[in-house]
Amino acid sequence: MKILVCIKQVPDMESKFKVADSGKWYTTADLAWRMNEYDEYGVEQAVQVKEQIKDADITVLSIGSGQVKETMKKALAMGCDRGIHIQDETAFDKEPYQIAGIIAEYAKDKNFDLIFTGMQSQDRGSAQVGILVGEILDIPSVSTIVEFAYNEGDVDVSRELEGGIKAKMTVKLPAVFTCQLGLNTPRYPTLPNIMKAKKKELLTVAVADLLHVNARLVTEKMFLPEKKAGGVILEGEIAELADRLIAILKEKSTVLA
Amino acid sequence: MKILLVAEYRDGKLLTNSNELIGFAETLGAESAMVLIGGEEVPTYAGKLYLADVTACGECNPDLHKQVILEVIDKEQPDMIAFCHSSYGWDLAPRVAFALKAAQVSEVVAVSDGKLVVPVCNAKLRRTIDCQSSRIVATLQAGAFGLKEPPSGTPDVIKVDVAGSGRTVFRGYEAALGGGVDLSKAAVIVSAGRGIGKADNVGLIVKLAKALGGEYGASRPVVDSEWVPHDRQVGTTGQTVAPKLYVACGISGAIQHLAGMKKSDFIVAINTDRDAPIGEEADVLVVADLLQFVPVLTEKIQAL
Repeated sequence: MKILVCIKQVPDMESKFKVADSGKWYTTADLAWRMNEYDEYGVEQAVQVKEQIKDADITVLSIGSGQVKETMKKALAMGCDRGIHIQDETAFDKEPYQIAGIIAEYAKDKNFDLIFTGMQSQDRGSAQVGILVGEILDIPSVSTIVEFAYNEGDVDVSRELEGGIKAKMTVKLPAVFTCQLGLNTPRYPTLPNIMKAKKKELLTVAVADLLHVNARLVTEKMFLPEKKAGGVILEGEIAELADRLIAILKEKSTVLA
Repeated sequence: MKILLVAEYRDGKLLTNSNELIGFAETLGAESAMVLIGGEEVPTYAGKLYLADVTACGECNPDLHKQVILEVIDKEQPDMIAFCHSSYGWDLAPRVAFALKAAQVSEVVAVSDGKLVVPVCNAKLRRTIDCQSSRIVATLQAGAFGLKEPPSGTPDVIKVDVAGSGRTVFRGYEAALGGGVDLSKAAVIVSAGRGIGKADNVGLIVKLAKALGGEYGASRPVVDSEWVPHDRQVGTTGQTVAPKLYVACGISGAIQHLAGMKKSDFIVAINTDRDAPIGEEADVLVVADLLQFVPVLTEKIQAL
C-alpha cells in the first residue's frame, strides 16, 4: 500500500498579523510556524493505517521554502517513511488550483492508494486542495472526515455535517480523504523517533518541474477587518476591569437586574 | 450577470440557507436561477428552480450531484455559481469549478466594489480576490449575506432527470451525540475556549456561569480535547445559540464559533489578544488573562 500525506506549514494563528508592504499578503517575519492543524490528523491516520496493515509506505509532501522541512521532520518523526519537499519561495501566493496541480503532477505516476490532506489550511482556509487533487487524478474524494476504517480495499468513513450529524460513506481505493479536527488523536513524536527521522529520506524537487497550471485567481489586496461599531475595549487592572464590566452589564443587559 | 444558486436538502428536509444565496444575488444585483437536488418541498423563491429527485440521485453522492449541477449550468450559462460554505457546498464547489475550468473563491464574507472578499488566518485578516477565469464558483460564509425581508414567490419548477451511479456509497446518517443540554434555552452562556489552557480550568467557567444564572459552553478545540462534552459545543458543528448574554472566555473567534453565537443580544469577550477576531462581534472586549480575571469577576457578581 502506498500512502501520500500532504501537509502545509502555517503561522501560529495566535500571532499578531500585519499586512506586508506589498499590500497583498501578511508579513512573515517574527511569526512562529507549525504544521497546519488539520494535516496533523492526516499524518496520524496514515501512520495508523500502516500500523494496521504493516505493509505500507508513507510519503509526506510539502510545498514551500526550505523552512517547511522543519514541519516535514515532525511528520517523519510521527511515522511517515519519506519526504518530498517541493521547493517554492512563493508558495504562499499560489492559489488552491495551482497547489493541487503541483501535488497531482507529483502523484500521477506513483500509484498512491490513499491520499490524505487537511480539510482546509488554517491560513487560506479554502477547503479546495484535497478535492481538486482527486478531480485532477480522476479518483474519488471524501471531504471533512471524522471517522476512518480501512478494510481490504474499501474504506468506511464518516463525514462531519452541521449540527454534529455525520454521513456514513464507503469508498473503494484509490481515493483522497480530507481530514477534519477530531478524526483521531495525533501522536507526539518520541525522542527516539525524532532521532530516527533524521535519517529518513527527504528529497527536494524544484516547483518548476511540477507546476504546469496557471492561477485562476490572485489576491488583489489584504487588509485588517474592522472592529464592531460601538464595541468597547477594556484594559487595565483586574479588579477595576471587573467593576467596569459589571457596570456595563447593569446598564446594557437585563441579566444582572 | 447571471448566478446559479445551489440550494441544499438533507435527510428529508429542505435547508433554509438558500435565503443567503438569494441575498448574495441581490447584493450583486444579478439575475439568478436555482438548482436543488431535493424532495417535493421547494424553496420560497421567485425564479426558475431546476429540481432533481433526491431519491433517484441519492444524498451524499457528489458524483451525481455534480452531474446535475453541470447539466443546469449547460442550460443556463451562468457567469457565477454560488454555494453556501457548508459541508455540502465546500465539498461540491471544487468539483464543479474543476469541470468548468473556473476560479473558485471560498467563504466569501462581503462584496467590495464588485469584488469578492474572503477571510485569512482565522478571520484575523481579509483579502479581496481578482478572478482571471470567465466563470467564477463561490462559496458563501454562513450568515454573511441575508435578506432584509423574507423571500416571496413560488418558483417555476423545471425537472432535471438523473441517471447513473457514483463512486462512493452512502450508508446513512448518524445523529449527533449527546443532546443532553439544550443551550438554546439558556439566558446566559459562558463559554470556554482554547485560552483556558487545561481541563482543570473548566471549573472557573462553570462557576461564572452559575453566578450569572446561566449555562456553560465551549468552543470546538475544548470539546475535541475532551475537556467539555460535545453537547455543550457552540458553533456550526455544535449548537447555535442567541442568549441575552454570551461571555466568550479565551475564545479567539473562529468563524465556525462566531456563526453559532453572533446573534446573542450582548457579547462579552475576555481575551489576552486585543486583535482576536472575537473582538469583531463583541460589545465589550476585556483584555485580560481569563485565569486571573474570571475568578475576580465571579466573586464580585456573587457579592451583588
